[in-house]
Amino acid sequence: MSAVMKAPLVEVRDLAKTFDVSPPWLNRVVERKGRQFVHAVDGVSFAIERGKTLALVGESGCGKSTVARLLVGLYAPTRGHVRFDGTETTATLRSGSRSALALRRRMQMIFQDPYASLNPRWKVADIVGEPLKEHGLVQAGGDGKTRSVRAADLKTHVAELLRSVGLAPADAEKFPHQFSGGQRQRISIARALATSPEFLVCDEPTSALDVSVQAQVLNIMKDLQRKQGLTYLFISHNLAVVRHVSDQVGVMYLGRLVELADKAELFARPRHPYTRMLLDAIPDIHMSGRARTPVQGEVPNPLNPPAGCSFHPRCPHANERCKIERPALLNIKGVQVACHAVEEGRI
Amino acid sequence: MTAPLLEVCHLRVEFPTRHATLVALDDVSFEIAPGEILGVVGESGAGKSLTGASIIGLLDPPGRVAAGEIRFDGRRIDNLPYEEMRKIRGRHIGAIFQDPLTSLNPLYTVGRQLVETIQTHLSVSADEARRRAIGLLKETGIPAAEQRIDQYPHQFSGGMRQRVVIALALAAEPKLIVADEPTTALDVSIQAQIISLLKRLCHEHGAAVMLVTHDMGVIAETCDRVAVMYAGRVVEIGPVHDVIHSPAHPYTVGLMGSIPAMDEDRDRLLQIDGAMPRLTAIPAGCAFNPRCPKVFARCRVERPDLMPAQATQAACWLHAADMKAAA
Repeated sequence: MSAVMKAPLVEVRDLAKTFDVSPPWLNRVVERKGRQFVHAVDGVSFAIERGKTLALVGESGCGKSTVARLLVGLYAPTRGHVRFDGTETTATLRSGSRSALALRRRMQMIFQDPYASLNPRWKVADIVGEPLKEHGLVQAGGDGKTRSVRAADLKTHVAELLRSVGLAPADAEKFPHQFSGGQRQRISIARALATSPEFLVCDEPTSALDVSVQAQVLNIMKDLQRKQGLTYLFISHNLAVVRHVSDQVGVMYLGRLVELADKAELFARPRHPYTRMLLDAIPDIHMSGRARTPVQGEVPNPLNPPAGCSFHPRCPHANERCKIERPALLNIKGVQVACHAVEEGRI
Repeated sequence: MTAPLLEVCHLRVEFPTRHATLVALDDVSFEIAPGEILGVVGESGAGKSLTGASIIGLLDPPGRVAAGEIRFDGRRIDNLPYEEMRKIRGRHIGAIFQDPLTSLNPLYTVGRQLVETIQTHLSVSADEARRRAIGLLKETGIPAAEQRIDQYPHQFSGGMRQRVVIALALAAEPKLIVADEPTTALDVSIQAQIISLLKRLCHEHGAAVMLVTHDMGVIAETCDRVAVMYAGRVVEIGPVHDVIHSPAHPYTVGLMGSIPAMDEDRDRLLQIDGAMPRLTAIPAGCAFNPRCPKVFARCRVERPDLMPAQATQAACWLHAADMKAAA
């Protein structure tokens, strides 16, 4: 494999997003309140290799969905860089030029709620065909080689896309309300695949679905990855799903990555106390009766995160240093962990 | 063997509509023993929440119990007048719902809601009720209960609110608690806390629980027995361990296989093709037959009832006595 192939497709460095949640100006003056900021994402770095899946897990409010939106350019980052195949995305996407459109074509997003993400007034054929029109890929004289599609072939192309996600070509003439949740999510996947992207950002794609339907959608996503060499960023709060789909896993807590490791390593030997706690909290379907550390406390208010390591109030291994000094994500024995206790070898 | 606390016999719930009468629950039967935790599991639309709502007498009109009966502590409760049922609900049967924010009144402090519940059902003085309310909040693990009792629901986090709801459900010392997806709206670390709290408190108070959920992991950790529902019917019921490790109904087998496991690696998940039928188009014979990998002629014609199958009871012709004789 050449060096070019090994370069990661997506590279994120020190990404941060701060939201201004200050009260309105008048309230600030009258009630003498200051400005308030939420550091939704605070210095996240990772890389995803071509054809691989990175999963981000964490509880509500940890910033995982914000990372997804930053990556596809729905939010502009406050700080940091996103590189896609060597190009800086933020500046390109903001320029609104042809290269922005070309970049957008290569990365697409699948949203959590298949009831909200499909236009109820459009037929499936229009929903799935829209990205092609939007990106100017439907042309009078298009050919199969450059991704463009001949106008006359649009129908067959949509049928092909529907078939690739396990729907029937005849479904193109139906409206979204005629489908179940699982089928709608497949329509979203077909729409995302329409422009033949290389990178898919999936924000909780199965958490609105029943388990048996979730299994269908996860299987389709895996098959598509194998066939088309897709790269995924998979956002989920369900560790069992993450374990099934991912190659690498990043665990987030209050806007920061606390652990980033290969899937097998993370699940066999979780290092960070938060990762351990999350793994312990999953109800055990096989009732092996393993010893579990009882989970303590709740996620603190992101408006006012604790000083030092933000996990220290819930951490059984916290000491004085954890309360003052924020740990950096360090490479410890091949795994990236942000924890003083792991660094010092205390746990 | 003690008499069951709750008996549901051949329960049928219908929704009359302009075009046809939809049968949402059909021939549902099960029992809950005193102090037992029964899990009810199934996918969206299987009728599990509706079963819970029928028991606490909170079916939304036009839904109605069309046949069968529900007996609580030996007394029939499905045909009680509204006022009579009100006295049982809360006092003898407590309820916990999915979303703790909608089950608490945002305009009243949690203390006022607790005191109101206690005084409605038990004849105690206001001071005594408040003392009990603080005790309940402490029991459910709310720190600084003396101060927090005078706060409003919006001042509590999701997990803390669900603790308040559990305290409310336990306020009148009911014998049965119907918990409908009590942890679905919560994060996994909070879910673990709430589940262990619910289990411990119900054990201490001697309350039986009907736990409705779609999460098999929660069932495995909590319940004694589990009923699996599909398209308005119970398709398998039995001890948790047996249903999970040796499921007898092909639907349960599929359901268990489609859950990504934490301790084994599989490239593909087992999947059940298709989707649950709509109420308007429930197939003849066994409702699962169009999706069943083991379907045979009889399944398409005749509807199976629960029959003994291995260690559980399953509604599947594979386990019919004559099938076994032939095998």
